[in-house]
Amino acid sequence: MSRLYMARNPKVAARSLDGEMMIMSGRDSTLFTLNKTASILWQSADGTTPLDEIVERRICSKFEVEPTEALHDAENLARELASHEILQISEEPIPPGNAAAGESRAGESQ
Amino acid sequence: MSALLQEMTAKAQRLNIPFSVQLDLTYRCNERCVHCYLDHDDHGEMTTAEIKHLLEEMAEAGVFILTLSGGEIFLRKDFFDLLEHARRLMFCVKLKTNAVLIREREAARLRDLGVESVQISIYSHRPEVHDGITLIPGSLKRSIDAIRFLKSQGLKVIIANVLMTQNMQDYPGVRALAAELGVECTLDPTITPMMDGNRSVLDLAVDQGTLRQVFRDAALVGDVDEFCAIPAEAGENELESTPCSAGHTACYVSPYGEVFPCVQFPLPTGNVRQQRFVDIWRNSDQMNEVRSIRLKDLTTCPSCTHVGSCTRCPGLAFLEGNMRGPSSQDCEKSFARTGIPSANMLAKKDAAARARHNLVQIRTLPNFASATA
Repeated sequence: MSRLYMARNPKVAARSLDGEMMIMSGRDSTLFTLNKTASILWQSADGTTPLDEIVERRICSKFEVEPTEALHDAENLARELASHEILQISEEPIPPGNAAAGESRAGESQ
Repeated sequence: MSALLQEMTAKAQRLNIPFSVQLDLTYRCNERCVHCYLDHDDHGEMTTAEIKHLLEEMAEAGVFILTLSGGEIFLRKDFFDLLEHARRLMFCVKLKTNAVLIREREAARLRDLGVESVQISIYSHRPEVHDGITLIPGSLKRSIDAIRFLKSQGLKVIIANVLMTQNMQDYPGVRALAAELGVECTLDPTITPMMDGNRSVLDLAVDQGTLRQVFRDAALVGDVDEFCAIPAEAGENELESTPCSAGHTACYVSPYGEVFPCVQFPLPTGNVRQQRFVDIWRNSDQMNEVRSIRLKDLTTCPSCTHVGSCTRCPGLAFLEGNMRGPSSQDCEKSFARTGIPSANMLAKKDAAARARHNLVQIRTLPNFASATA
């Protein structure tokens, strides 16, 4: 089975507001807010960690959820975020130059 | 503003987070607009390192919308370095510029950096009028060329037109130009006094007749009857509301690091060269004073017909001498919209009548005549 990689689209704007992640699309300035699971995917989307690892380490360990079901839901979510150009997804790792600056805190604030 | 953006702004206000900040990178400018409120000399702008540090502090404080303005932002040699840093911190960046220095290369770089929008000042579709306001021959052509470069890169461009005596007949032409270029267009009849308090530029403000004409132009305001309707009486909830976003979810930082509630509200609240941005935002006495004001606390305005619908700007009121007082320019706008004078206008008229009456009385006092005989 192929693995899915995700990277944050460098064209979006993002900020966490009291734990709620706001993302503004770079395509048409549409504003989205992400729920807790989607925020975890966003924070973890470094282009190099495969989605199944993210789900196992950061979602299954936090929420009581069956791993296969969690991965299925996460893939659907990643594809939806990609359709809004919030995330880039690929079956190959995404080089850092093509993703949002890795050292940034992905829009996290106090 | 989208419903979700409104919701996020309301959440930011509840949490006391500065959601939106305008940062002026410089007051220097390559135009000399006749109505401009700035002193264009450089009195010690923040360095590249200082601005980058401030951007980091603002991101940490939760700022989401960052408007970079001036002066002319492209006069900063480090402009793209600063913009790159801002975008790395994932701000939603909006730019305000005259665009004279934007060519194909700059437009492509702005696109690559994911700028949300670029607002460009255009005062007329006629070069002799626009250039007569900027005092730079050829400036309209340069700005329009830049709009085309930006549009060709797929960037969102907004034309900002300030209405004044020099260009009051030209706003339909500017709107037509915007439509031809495929960009949005805004029109603002507000002239801001100079930051040092000099009010001479207010002579450029358009008169009541022009305001009335503008407010009855359906192309600008939509449903004229609704826009110009006599406002309903304000309820208790409205009187408990805050006047505007200044100091609540928004503030302004000057090129010298001074923090104000708004670009149009020059009440000093602190300087990021001496204090952390978030400490000024949260703890400044002046910022907290601004934050404490509710409509019911204003002088004159709570009894005014327009209190619930007025665009009263607390900054303009401050520049008139009292941040809790009325803003005369906004009184004029309410009057032009509805035909009903504001409480402030009536009070001024009464005061003028009393002054005239008193002068007559002094001349006719019998004791005065005998005392001086």
